[in-house]
Amino acid sequence: MKQFVEGSHAIAEIVKRCRPGVVSAYPITPQTHIVEGLAQMVADKELNAQFVNVESEHSAASVVLGAQATGVRTYTATSSQGLLLMAEVVFNIAGLRLPVVMTTANRAVSAPINIWNDQQDVMTVRDSGWVLLFAETIQEAVDLHLQAYRIGEDPRVMLPVMVNMDGFILTHGMEVVDMPSQEEVDKFVTPYSTTYKLDVDNPLTMGYLADPDYYIEIRYMVQQTHQELLTIIPEVAAQFKRQFKRGEGNGLIEGYHLEDAEQVFVAMGSVCGTIRDSVDEFRSKGKKAGLLKIASYRPFPKNEIVKALSRAREVAVVDKSISLGGFGPLYTDLSAAVSSMGAKAPKVSGFVIGLGGRDITLQSIQEVYECLSGKQVDCEFIGLKKELLAEAK
Amino acid sequence: MIGHLTCKPGSSQANKTGSWRTETKPKFLQKNCIACRMCIYTCPEGIISGEGKNTFKCDYAYCKGCGNCAAICPKKDIEMISEMEEGDQK
Amino acid sequence: MTQTLFKPGHTACAGCGQAVGARLVIDTAGKNTMIANNTGCLEVFSTKYPESAWCVPWIHSLFENCSAVASGIEAGLKYLGKKDAINVIAQAGDGGTADIGLQAISGMFERGHDVLYVCYDNEAYMNTGIQRSGLTPTLTNTTTSPSGAGSLGNPRPKKPMPEIAAAHGIPYVATASVGYPQDVQKKVKKALSIKGPKYIQMHVPCPLGWRHESNMTFDVAKLAVETGLYPLFEYEYGKLIPRKIAKIKPVEEYLKVQGRFKHLLKNPDAVKQVQAIADYNIQKYGLNAEA
Repeated sequence: MKQFVEGSHAIAEIVKRCRPGVVSAYPITPQTHIVEGLAQMVADKELNAQFVNVESEHSAASVVLGAQATGVRTYTATSSQGLLLMAEVVFNIAGLRLPVVMTTANRAVSAPINIWNDQQDVMTVRDSGWVLLFAETIQEAVDLHLQAYRIGEDPRVMLPVMVNMDGFILTHGMEVVDMPSQEEVDKFVTPYSTTYKLDVDNPLTMGYLADPDYYIEIRYMVQQTHQELLTIIPEVAAQFKRQFKRGEGNGLIEGYHLEDAEQVFVAMGSVCGTIRDSVDEFRSKGKKAGLLKIASYRPFPKNEIVKALSRAREVAVVDKSISLGGFGPLYTDLSAAVSSMGAKAPKVSGFVIGLGGRDITLQSIQEVYECLSGKQVDCEFIGLKKELLAEAK
Repeated sequence: MIGHLTCKPGSSQANKTGSWRTETKPKFLQKNCIACRMCIYTCPEGIISGEGKNTFKCDYAYCKGCGNCAAICPKKDIEMISEMEEGDQK
Repeated sequence: MTQTLFKPGHTACAGCGQAVGARLVIDTAGKNTMIANNTGCLEVFSTKYPESAWCVPWIHSLFENCSAVASGIEAGLKYLGKKDAINVIAQAGDGGTADIGLQAISGMFERGHDVLYVCYDNEAYMNTGIQRSGLTPTLTNTTTSPSGAGSLGNPRPKKPMPEIAAAHGIPYVATASVGYPQDVQKKVKKALSIKGPKYIQMHVPCPLGWRHESNMTFDVAKLAVETGLYPLFEYEYGKLIPRKIAKIKPVEEYLKVQGRFKHLLKNPDAVKQVQAIADYNIQKYGLNAEA
């Protein structure tokens, strides 16, 4: 059913329809509307779940960890400092192979404190073992939550999945969303069932100490599962497309005017919408621009990316994040991917944009585009205010 | 790829900690025992068993030789003896 | 071998008080129990992959979050309609409880989860090498509160963790000691018969960290109680129930058998200071059976 709805309310609604048994969260802007929505649904008996109001994000993640370990489907959501506070638990959930689903309403990190959107928060747990999916629109965020439960709970996977949606832009934006009915959701997301759980009739020890004789193999297995995810995510995306008759791309990447594109923007999340408009504008002026959207950041779909960029001459990686002292994280990953292309590799430039909610306009993307023809850059900040920098020593 | 997620219950028994003992081990004299069970309570390894008076013994495969059973015995019916005595039960 | 749910082969030090305490707790709780365990000695010595000493469902996540993990287990069991048949126990050492785990434990108490929390109190961070914790007693020599020309050891009093727990208005709080195993069993049994959050803090000597002979574990534990330095009491629905001491002993008897207090014995003022703590406990909790 189509409805005009706020992003957060759409997420609360779709999570409800996925029937989690335990929801736990700690409030942080801009995640609040999602969990407020779920709390109301529990209060109204629309959702049969235990809603656990915790005293911190560290405990929110720990509560869903414990609940998931009893074999129950769980959900949590957070943002920014909240994600950083739960980071220790985030790594632990993945290491324990518990398929928790979490929404991250992406937001800048402190200091200075800033509640607006960028993607620096998720990058702090990039290496945790979680599947990291990025939504461009509210509709896509809704659809990714359905797929997240399917992907994470797949017996071949058993890993947590994070759906990233840009704070405010998607969480507080309004959009017409085609909301899957309960029947449709039940058909796609079947009840969670596993023997890997705390069970008095089969008393297993979970979360043991692994010494140097065992640890590296256990980490290797997570890495291998991520390799397997490169075929499992497209399987789930294809099934989704078959049932719901929507969804672009293969679940890992999506192209826009890529077929003959010579200049390709690579980006994640809502900025892809702005870039699409820019690409249209460049195309109207006869320029062969295109967009490669990364939908799955972990696993990182290296081979798909290499294939998609086989005709590109110049690539602009647009990062809404920065590894301070290094480069934009997506730029680093992309550079590693194209290094296997040898002489055929395109010239890859890295741009940092929109940190702390700075508006990303068509003009910003134009600026990126203009840099492409010049000397290769690896960490070019776009839209800096010269007058503010002039005051600095 | 998923494996090695759990340990099986009680599998620590594969680890025979009796090899830790260096000097002494308990000898259950079974003479003046009143079956108070204090030795069972105090054993960190949980390896002392027995029901009635003068029936208590321990599993030397795991005994680390801490000596708490002997120390707690109100009847001095458990003695710490040299590792080498009693035909080396190690 | 006796039927125990905490099997041998674990790698606790010889004479470990915590190993005794953990067995008393789980064997009293029985097999229909799930345990969330913080990082610490107990976790390390009982679950070294691929071996586990545990015969009940057991999970370790992190150093400070067993209260929250146990809250999640309880919520999961409630959702499954299984909570009434299963005990949930969260357990940790003194650092994992009173220091790094305090926020999570407070959250668990405040939310009213039906969980028994057991703190095995060996009065320092033993797993990392005898560093001072919030539950280290006054004037204890630890590796991070060493005695020296300008120091008598830990300068601060032991954090009143049972009072902090009780202040949450939870139905049951108790202190216990492995020196009194039947008392431990009685308290665990009582705690598990009560719905809601429960807190038991059990004194568990650590031969390595306290520097006493490995066969002295129970004597040392008993001396702590008999001197008044480790008062045994319950707060049942807020009402204080002390375990009285038949014959109170001077604190020197407790101090002199442990290397961690050796530096105090030549210092009468320091011993007096420790005696004052015992005297305060005896008065506060009404421990003197003869009074």
